[in-house]
Amino acid sequence: MIELENVAYSYGGGDLLNDISLRLQPGSFHFLTGPSGAGKSTFLKLCYMELIASTGSVQVFGQDARAMERDQIALARRRIGVVHQDCQFLNHLSVAENIALPLTVAGRDVNSEMQNLTDLITWVGLKNQQNSLPPQLSGGERQRAALARAVIMGPDVILADEPTGNVDWEMSQRLLSLLIELNRMGKAVLVATHDLNLIRTAKNQISARVLRIKDRRLQLAGADL
Amino acid sequence: MSTLDRIKSVFQTSSTLLGGDVQADRVVPPSGFTSTLTLFTSAAMAFLAVFALALSLATGRLADRWASELAQSSTVRISAPAEELDLQTRAAQEVLRTTPGVARSRILSDEEQRLLLEPWFGPDLPVEDLPIPRLIEVVEDADGIDAEGLRQRLAAEAPGAFLDDHTRWRKPLVEAAARLRLLGWVALALIAASTAAMITLAARAALAATSQEIRVTRLVGATDVYIARAFVRRFTLRSLIGATAGMVVGTLAILLLPSASEEGGFLTGLGFQGWHWLWPLVIPPLSALVAFIATRQAALRMLKEVT
Repeated sequence: MIELENVAYSYGGGDLLNDISLRLQPGSFHFLTGPSGAGKSTFLKLCYMELIASTGSVQVFGQDARAMERDQIALARRRIGVVHQDCQFLNHLSVAENIALPLTVAGRDVNSEMQNLTDLITWVGLKNQQNSLPPQLSGGERQRAALARAVIMGPDVILADEPTGNVDWEMSQRLLSLLIELNRMGKAVLVATHDLNLIRTAKNQISARVLRIKDRRLQLAGADL
Repeated sequence: MSTLDRIKSVFQTSSTLLGGDVQADRVVPPSGFTSTLTLFTSAAMAFLAVFALALSLATGRLADRWASELAQSSTVRISAPAEELDLQTRAAQEVLRTTPGVARSRILSDEEQRLLLEPWFGPDLPVEDLPIPRLIEVVEDADGIDAEGLRQRLAAEAPGAFLDDHTRWRKPLVEAAARLRLLGWVALALIAASTAAMITLAARAALAATSQEIRVTRLVGATDVYIARAFVRRFTLRSLIGATAGMVVGTLAILLLPSASEEGGFLTGLGFQGWHWLWPLVIPPLSALVAFIATRQAALRMLKEVT
């Protein structure tokens, strides 16, 4: 689905990532760890083509990211659900409209998918906040709304950047359960996190690979995880 | 694609544009002051366009009238000693009578000549006592005369007769009117260009003010055309509404101008006549078209900068 081969990304004359290779296949579950500033977010941005690799190859659904037209990138992104670290909502739309945004931009009739939307909103516990505006939500509520938006299209790949950064333990378990459930449906999941407890909990339930970015390179994490 | 399919496609595109997509339109946040700017610019430009159009059409009419009226008449002036004047006048009339293209000719009476000279010499001019040339008014038929041939015949039969076919002063008048008409069209083109420039600026301001929302929309899978369409639809409709208002006010202003009169000359004829009153109706759709193209260009160019 997404395949990186010998990828490097440079910015401002310095390498942020170097010699990165990874293949996200259907049903795979990866955690990505590393200290702040190690390049986890950059790595995810390369996967959903917000950034283009300086060297190496990024293949997304069989297409070379560097050669893709802008419309092809847009269509590919509809198959990738992304939970951004800073969530990123349209503040003039309600929470429900933000969650339904991927459906809207894909030209799908939101009214005909209202039941799925309502179920999803209920599942992430935002039924009472669905008509609120994003600035009225707490950090945890924003994370849950972002996750709901990421999965509403039933994507093939889910990329999550610190999805449990602002939620309590109980909610982080619920979010993890949803990611695991989606993974069991055959979706590829990649979660960038520094929450080691989350990783340990997940490893008790599924077979997940844990990767670490160290010295700008990607490594398999050690036995401590 | 057949012509029918093309027409259907244009109709569908137009109806989508004008009918709008409520969900898609809501994705783009309200664009604040650019809305007022677009409305005002379109209204002001449409108002000016009505006047430029009226100027262009009025000068067109003037040029046509001068060209047709003056082209079908000429004057034979006979300057000769008093004892030869009648003889040469008769000879000139005979030449005119047998000249192809002359519908009729007549000698201007002393009273008519006095009226012609009155603006310069006053009403009491003793025309009969002055050595004033005799004038013959010549009206041409549709085929017109061979002016050079007539001049040569007059020179042979009535040496004191001179043909003035008005070419000397008709040409610059017609040229001036044609230039004025051209200026009117140039003014219309400049108005369209200014409208495009102002709407482009407004669209770019709106796009810049919503860059974060555009980025988020791109990241969840929106295509450039989807995002651009929301802006294009918004600016096109605003331009259409503004231009309609400007066109109505401009047309009313033209309607309230004094009606055409001899005394008022050209300025009181600065309006529309007959079916030309329908011309202003073209301005709002044209303004909308200019807004459509300007916004689409600006939006697609700016969106390329968003990853």
